[in-house]
Amino acid sequence: MEILLVIIIGLLYAAGIYMMLRRSLVKLIIGLILLGNGANLLIFLLGKIVKGKPPIIEETEKMLGELYADPVPQALILTAIVISFGLQAFAIILIKRAYKVVKTDDLDEMNATDEDL
Amino acid sequence: MLIAVISGFVFALLVPWIMAQSKSKTTIWTALLPLAIFTFFLLHLPEIQNDGSVKVSYSWVPSIGINLDFYLDGLSMLFVLLISGIGSLVFVYTSTYLKGHPFLDRFYAYLSMFMASMLGLVLSDNIYTLFIFWELTSISSFFLIGFNNDNQASRRSALTALSVTGIGGLFLLAAMVGLGHTAQVNQISEMSSLSEIIQADNLYGWIIVFLFLAAFTKSAQFPFHFWLPGAMKAPTPVSTYLHSATMVKAGIYLLARFSPVLGGHEWWNGTLITVGAITMVYAAIHALFRLDLKGILAYSTISALGILVFLIGLGTSAAFLAAAVFILVHALYKATLFLVTGIIDHETGTRDISQLGGLNKVMLPVGVAALLAAISNAGIPPSFGFVGKDLIYDATLGMGDLAWILTTLAVITNIALLFAGFLAGIKPFFGKLPERFAKLHLPGPAMYIPPLILGVLCMFFGLLPFLLESSLIQPVVSSFTETLPDIHLKLWHGFNLILLLSAVTIGAGTALYFIIKPSEKLLAMVSRFERISPESIAMLASGGFTRFSSGWTKFFQNGYLRYYLITILSFLSLLLAYRLFTGVTLYLDTSSMTAVTFYEVVVLVIMAVAILFTVFSKSRLVAVASMGVVGYSFCLIFLFYSAPDLAMTQFSIDTLTVILFVLVLYNLPKYLKLSETRDRIRDGLLSLFFGALISLLTIEVMNESVDKETSQYYAENAYVLGKGKNVVNVILVDFRGFDTMVEITVLAIAAIGVFGLLKLHLRSTEKE
Repeated sequence: MEILLVIIIGLLYAAGIYMMLRRSLVKLIIGLILLGNGANLLIFLLGKIVKGKPPIIEETEKMLGELYADPVPQALILTAIVISFGLQAFAIILIKRAYKVVKTDDLDEMNATDEDL
Repeated sequence: MLIAVISGFVFALLVPWIMAQSKSKTTIWTALLPLAIFTFFLLHLPEIQNDGSVKVSYSWVPSIGINLDFYLDGLSMLFVLLISGIGSLVFVYTSTYLKGHPFLDRFYAYLSMFMASMLGLVLSDNIYTLFIFWELTSISSFFLIGFNNDNQASRRSALTALSVTGIGGLFLLAAMVGLGHTAQVNQISEMSSLSEIIQADNLYGWIIVFLFLAAFTKSAQFPFHFWLPGAMKAPTPVSTYLHSATMVKAGIYLLARFSPVLGGHEWWNGTLITVGAITMVYAAIHALFRLDLKGILAYSTISALGILVFLIGLGTSAAFLAAAVFILVHALYKATLFLVTGIIDHETGTRDISQLGGLNKVMLPVGVAALLAAISNAGIPPSFGFVGKDLIYDATLGMGDLAWILTTLAVITNIALLFAGFLAGIKPFFGKLPERFAKLHLPGPAMYIPPLILGVLCMFFGLLPFLLESSLIQPVVSSFTETLPDIHLKLWHGFNLILLLSAVTIGAGTALYFIIKPSEKLLAMVSRFERISPESIAMLASGGFTRFSSGWTKFFQNGYLRYYLITILSFLSLLLAYRLFTGVTLYLDTSSMTAVTFYEVVVLVIMAVAILFTVFSKSRLVAVASMGVVGYSFCLIFLFYSAPDLAMTQFSIDTLTVILFVLVLYNLPKYLKLSETRDRIRDGLLSLFFGALISLLTIEVMNESVDKETSQYYAENAYVLGKGKNVVNVILVDFRGFDTMVEITVLAIAAIGVFGLLKLHLRSTEKE
């Protein structure tokens, strides 16, 4: 199963970078999101995936049992997801705003810093 | 001594303020500072004469051995007196020369900054402070040369001077670091006893090469001499002060100062003799063909500097004596000639030698000063220059096998120098006065007194050389060499070979003066050779370097985000690929892996298809929707592998993102295919390659055992300390609570940003 996940990670990275290399701003954001997902999955995988053992302490116990999913990568990924949402939301609104002003989402036409803004 | 050095810097800061405050236009009072310094050091003269040296040390950065160590011996004393003495006269002279100039305050500030740096340089005992002051002289001279900053030629030559001397400064730093490393001490005064250790070290060759580069660039030695004639664009007081008397002699000072430490080796002496000899002859011959007075003086200065390097290279005590005397001789007559040139330029408006003549009729005191200087320059008795020239011949004749070659070179140089001196000091003042100069009058006394003082000194020391003998020259020579020669400065040595050589020099030089008449034709003939001169080569190199660097910058800093990305990724990929394919053997431990189940495979296939759709879809809506599918597949994977919190977060965030996208979607332009197919293929290959590398890297990292200590701690203490059963939650809100708080802050800032952007949009539409 890990092998399949590894392939998916590679695919996500490749797709993300390919999209980031496009000239459209929207595609840039999509690429960023895909890349972020790939990174999350990478962290998740490296924390050793475990099936059906969430890091939640049993009602009767005081600590986790012997075999459990690693809580540290999960906490990291959770933070990453939330932060990337902040970034995405801001970026999406920024694209919209930029388009309103310069009437394009082509990065190549946004090169000049102070042309009839 | 610290105060003497620092006062110049403080003064530089205060001058503009004081001048803004005072209403009066006279600025002659500024000369009080150099005069005070001059007097201060003059009072130390007996101390030097008796004890040899004075040493003071102030702690600055003791941890790395950089302290303000000041060391005053004969050599420093000679330079200090020149700097502050000629400095006083230049300050006085400037008060009239640049009277009413709008930036006069600035000029004085630069000038005193320069003087202070120069004093610091010759007084420094610590090799690192020596370097710092050295750089300060370069920087302040840059401002002085480029003082007429509305003139392009002036800016250009300031830049040339700065780059040549600046490069030299870097080499000086290299030399000093090497020297400090080899000697294990940073005080120059303590190094002379370590001379043998330093010269035996492997680094010795490098140290002297770097030191030579520093000294030769500063003192305008061949082939780095070209910045000096260019630097004559500066106002004349600057040329006088920096380019004849002080700054260009910094390189000479450096060589003289390190002579006892590094000298005596055949590399040291051989290089100095060769470079010095080439420079003195090359520049002296160049001086013959100049028309511009300042150009003549510039080339004769270079030639004189060549003589000094040559003398230091000879390395005998007779040569050191000749060098010590010649430094003083040259400073006196050359400063006079420069000041006189300034007056001529100021009054007549031209420096073209072929147009000048007969000025004695209108400005006799200036002519007298010039004549005295020209006589000293020519080495005609009873001037001080005669004493100096005799000592030079004495030094070259004492060189055994090489004596004849060296002496011939010295004679040729001196003949040409004599010619140049006559041209600058006599030609403008004798002969017929052109009509248009008839109404000229003498400038203010502040302008003609300083050259007159210097001119008289040229004679005075010639007539009474014993005044300097034990008080100044003896201590100077004793800082070069421990075996003190018997020093007797006198005019008359009796009839001997040296006198004959002097006579030949004077005779030939005078004859030359009457034969060669400088003209445009001659200058043009010489200029033809300048196409392959060191200057044009350096200009070519610097032009090429500029083109190369701007091309380099344009190639990498092209303003296109994707090319930056491509550069970064390609580099990273190549690095990773190299490492992965050479240093790492890939293997896969399948035994510890979890089994593959049907529904997981289905999820992954959906995900892969969704990714492809996101990338290749022609519709934005499809792309965004497929991205949503990717996100939801993520939820499922998180769910399968024991991460319910992640699944929930991913689910809500992904929903929000897609909604947000769709909301702004209709506002956006058409989803166009902007790139060309060629670019797409290139990008596709790069990203696939990078993706594959990441996969390989992941496999490799998975083989590493993971340290579970942190997780173990949280697992054991989540309930005991945090009173929560969901470990991930406890980590986020308890153990790493502050992080979460900051994270919320980030989100809040993003929200404010989003809100602000939306609001801004509303207002601008309202306006429309």
